[in-house]
Amino acid sequence: MKNFKQIYRASDNKVSGIAAAPGIVIGKAYLFTKEKLEINHSGITDVNDAKKNFKEALIKSKKELNKIFALAKEKMEDTRSAIFEAQLMILDDPVLIKNIEKRIEEEKKQPESIVDDEISKYIGLMKNSHEAYMNERAHDIEDIKNRIIRNLQKKRWQSRIVNDVIIISVSLTPADMILFSRCDVKGFVTDHGGLTSHAAIISRSLNIPAVVGAHDATQKIHDEDLIIVDGFHGYVIINPSQEQLEFFKQKQIKLIELQKSLDEFKDKKAITTDGREVTLRANVDVTGEIDIVKTSGAHGIGLYRSEQVLDELGEFPEEDEQARIYTNLASRIYPETITIRVFDIGGDKFKIGDYVEPNPFLGLRGIRLLLENPAILKTQFRAILRASTNKNIQMMLPMVTTIAEVRDAKKILAESKRELKNQNIPFDQDIPVGIMVEVPAAAVIAEIFAKEVDFLSIGTNDLIQYLMAVDRGNDLVSNLYQEFNPTVVRTLKHIVAEAQKANKPVSICGEMAADTLAIPLLVGLGLEELSMSPATIPYAKRIIRYFAYEDAKILAGKCSTCTTQEEVIKTIEKFFKDHSITRTRQII
Amino acid sequence: MIEKTVKIINKAGLHTRPAATLVKLASKYECEFYIFKDGLNINGKSIIGVMTLAAEMGSELTLSFDGSDEEAAADEIVSYFNRGFDEL
Repeated sequence: MKNFKQIYRASDNKVSGIAAAPGIVIGKAYLFTKEKLEINHSGITDVNDAKKNFKEALIKSKKELNKIFALAKEKMEDTRSAIFEAQLMILDDPVLIKNIEKRIEEEKKQPESIVDDEISKYIGLMKNSHEAYMNERAHDIEDIKNRIIRNLQKKRWQSRIVNDVIIISVSLTPADMILFSRCDVKGFVTDHGGLTSHAAIISRSLNIPAVVGAHDATQKIHDEDLIIVDGFHGYVIINPSQEQLEFFKQKQIKLIELQKSLDEFKDKKAITTDGREVTLRANVDVTGEIDIVKTSGAHGIGLYRSEQVLDELGEFPEEDEQARIYTNLASRIYPETITIRVFDIGGDKFKIGDYVEPNPFLGLRGIRLLLENPAILKTQFRAILRASTNKNIQMMLPMVTTIAEVRDAKKILAESKRELKNQNIPFDQDIPVGIMVEVPAAAVIAEIFAKEVDFLSIGTNDLIQYLMAVDRGNDLVSNLYQEFNPTVVRTLKHIVAEAQKANKPVSICGEMAADTLAIPLLVGLGLEELSMSPATIPYAKRIIRYFAYEDAKILAGKCSTCTTQEEVIKTIEKFFKDHSITRTRQII
Repeated sequence: MIEKTVKIINKAGLHTRPAATLVKLASKYECEFYIFKDGLNINGKSIIGVMTLAAEMGSELTLSFDGSDEEAAADEIVSYFNRGFDEL
């Protein structure tokens, strides 16, 4: 039988990208476009249903705007908040709503088509005016129109069965991914993005094969094409030949066999041949994932990205709602522990307010943004504390740069504790607080930080991005995002040593731990706890059980004297070979 | 039915905030309320409609009120215009 290389070499019906989430799927392509709102102008049969969807989209839009408005109020000038108020009033505009409903009844077309047409009439009038501010106003109206249409489309997406399709898109946001995960999507292919893009991280979390950074996938693949996604090698085959189809069907069978054999590892320890135990914990991005965590054999949750709540709800939930979510998670994972990272928003994720940052990744994000909006942080602290009665929750601060930030956050935490105490609400008095080490400033003086907190957790995605000064989402420079650069190796080594000086635990929770190639290096560097996508845990466990800690230490020493990323990778590959460890892609 | 002609006298004109206030005032009344300007006939209870009006300082508008409480509505709304939307 031919091997992968031969199959790929022989075919010109393929696009190549980055293998983002392992697995092989065969299915129909569905092109998802969202950069430009695509309006569906088709007819409908059920007028009442369409009107109901329209009403619900208005309610949803109102909810979203209200939350954003309430949070942004302090930060905006009056003129801007008037715009929000007017936008909210438009959602209640009796004339507009009556006209749209009437037209849905008479024209029997998709509500989004009528909404688009009706509101565009007003926009046209505004654009015809020669007053400059009217043009701006037209933009604001356009905004609210798009919001309603987006909410109508979400409705349509959810109600529509898209089982068994593979989504092809230019890029995907976490919110998109969550939406699709509810529709049983089989695979993802995107033009943009790298290993650490949201699309990649979440597809790994959901165990859905994905190829990202495939450049012109949306050009070459058409709706309804039969495609094969190879999430191991990063290839997508378009309208495969009979031979290709047979080949991949065989691989799928082998993969199922492999997964069965990996199940055996579930209850076994991740222990090296010379007896060093490594704790493998799970990163959780979406609530549905908690079931995968349990079957993966993970020791609890090492990173719960709490901002997923915002992606799922599209708004900041009240304290009660948050407390309910965290309590549910903590009790489902009990007696293991869960580390909740407070909202890591800003940058490219969920902005509060109406400001533009020229450099969002160097701007108001993570703990910086939370300390600017202490009410949000306090609400979250209180909610987490209320969920901590079983003493199995830790909390973690993202994007910490200075000691002052840690102290300020701890002050707010202390206030939250005092308030709860006065209200006679129980909580874990000694809840551990840690920080993410993901800014070089924190990495360099990690010992000083370690003395202030209970634990450190290295977030490799951002740490590498800031170390290498590279935007991981920018295709033009993404080759500089080098997980195995000697700079990264030495920085990790330094952080581990600093934490040891302060006698505090240090773990790693970035995507680097999901790369099986990195496992012996990370273990050799002295990390005792790795947190990764639950789907990758059995693979990591299998590898750890193949080598000795003493050998891994030597490997880590060698890697930190290498001069280039290529050398580091070669050194690790040799280690795999010498210890006869085969990577998954070579087994199937 | 009552018809009144009003003039915009504040500097910023009928911008978003007064437009919103105008619609809120009109919505309290049962009577119909229309604004005529440049050949456009706008329902004054519709914020999106009122926002299409470009009414800068000095421009004139005709307001019409029709319904049981038209007098009270006309009084309050004309007075709001005459106060320069409380921005003088």
